[in-house]
Amino acid sequence: MAVDTQTVEKLAELARIAISEETIDEVGNRLGEVLQLVDQLQAVSTEGVAPMAHPLDEVQVLRADEITESNRREEFLALAPQSEGGLYLVPKVID
Amino acid sequence: MEWEIVIGLEVHVQLATKSKLFSGASTRFGAAPNTQACAVDLAMPGTLPVPNEEAFRHAVMFGLAMNAEIGRRSVFERKNYFYPDLPKGYQTTQLAQPIVGPGEIEIHLEDGSSKKVRLHHAHLEEDAGKSLHETIFETHGHGMSGIDLNRAGTPLIEIVSEPDMRSAAEAVAYLKKIHSIVTYLGISDGDMSQGSMRCDANVSVRLKGEEKLGTRAEIKNINSFRFVEKAIVVEAQRQIDLIEDGGSVVQETRLYDSDKNETRSMRSKEVANDYRYFPCPDLLPVELSEDYVETVRSRLPELPDAKYARFQSEYSLSAYDADQLTQERAVADYFETVAKESGEPKLAANWVMGELAALLNREELPIERSPVSAEQLAGLIARITDNTISSKIAKQVFEAMAAGEGDADAVIEKRGLKQVSDTGAIEKMVDEVIAASPAQVENYRKAEEAKRPKMMGYFVGQIMKASKGQANPQMINKILKEKLDALL
Repeated sequence: MAVDTQTVEKLAELARIAISEETIDEVGNRLGEVLQLVDQLQAVSTEGVAPMAHPLDEVQVLRADEITESNRREEFLALAPQSEGGLYLVPKVID
Repeated sequence: MEWEIVIGLEVHVQLATKSKLFSGASTRFGAAPNTQACAVDLAMPGTLPVPNEEAFRHAVMFGLAMNAEIGRRSVFERKNYFYPDLPKGYQTTQLAQPIVGPGEIEIHLEDGSSKKVRLHHAHLEEDAGKSLHETIFETHGHGMSGIDLNRAGTPLIEIVSEPDMRSAAEAVAYLKKIHSIVTYLGISDGDMSQGSMRCDANVSVRLKGEEKLGTRAEIKNINSFRFVEKAIVVEAQRQIDLIEDGGSVVQETRLYDSDKNETRSMRSKEVANDYRYFPCPDLLPVELSEDYVETVRSRLPELPDAKYARFQSEYSLSAYDADQLTQERAVADYFETVAKESGEPKLAANWVMGELAALLNREELPIERSPVSAEQLAGLIARITDNTISSKIAKQVFEAMAAGEGDADAVIEKRGLKQVSDTGAIEKMVDEVIAASPAQVENYRKAEEAKRPKMMGYFVGQIMKASKGQANPQMINKILKEKLDALL
């Protein structure tokens, strides 16, 4: 079943993705197909099976607590559209 | 109607690691903006996080101190939301399998009673950067926010309690307990004013006896112990007034305004929180061996509860004194040095909680920078117990020590404050005062026996004055009584 327009719009808002009006139905249909696959997975009995956190059956390697990075601020700031006084500038956001 | 307040706290504690949770950038406080934000922290394409072992060790230490289950296998998840100070578009955190599971601690209240508070869990996560909204930028004026990402990626543990607290005072006691545990462990400086420890309070009210929890409001980012107390009191009252006026509490996030002493609703979110958590594909599950956990356990320092019990048994301190003296490790260490060196634990406790605390408060100094060292205070107490000086004179000596005039002995010597314990000298002063006070002597003679001890106060005061406070009070009392009674 296709995902309804309202839900598609809500998901787009959460993901900050612009979806044009013409494509909403198509996106809804395709998300619906994904959910069908999820339904299929959910129909399988998983009792006693631990949830998989990662497809690789490996464990994480940790690093020692050492400072290995140096200041490369000017290089990074140069990539930003706007900056001043060592700060990245973005359109004003207020809670 | 009798209302009950129900409180649960979420406490964020910044861990004292040298480098960040997932990168080798420095976490040092106060650096110039963005000088400690590396490619990983900035979410540059192609970078991968590698977790910091020390952050895990800190989290395990905390879990063990909270008598909690340790998540030997923990998993990082992505919490998705958009904000400019979160470059990745998600916060790497833990949800279903956190590093610290359920636990329990005991909090001590002002009246000497204790209470257990359950820990729901604690998890590791990264901090966000900082947004500066007030700065006026030369090139862009008011219309822009500045972003400093030095803090982005700093390791935090978020500590989530069960809703077990029933008053603002209990919430503060719990918060203080968390503060003392993390500072005892040395895993955080716990400095609330610099944001190393931040607190969100979930507050609801219900009628006493009711089982079901009321609708809660979450008060965000309260940055001092005092404000936690005030914010909870004012928020609970708001909810009670609302319900008593026939309204109902809305589940929402509120901000505490300390200037106005009120909470107010934060933006009503256009879209309800939906963080769409999922396991972070960039990070594998972290597994810690039993050996690892046991090694951490074996290296834990003595914790506040153990010290609290030991101070009562070893030094015969009251529960209240023991609690006050063990909240901060540095204070406990200071007290213990004074107690051991002077051999007078009770006096040591009184001085540390009295004169010393007042001095540090006045000078706004932490005990680590006390102008009077523990050894110096022990030296002063020794002069009280060997009757070189009276307690009253000792306060004067203490002030001189605080002003940098040297050890107790040097001050006593230099200022000539040695207590007069010479029988002849005291007898002479007693005789003079008696001779100069015929009316008082007459009254004393005529008074009933039971009233006489109280009437001695006048003479003692005069003699003390004559001796500039330096005569030994016990000797004055003894000699004076003998001489007055001889006149009966």
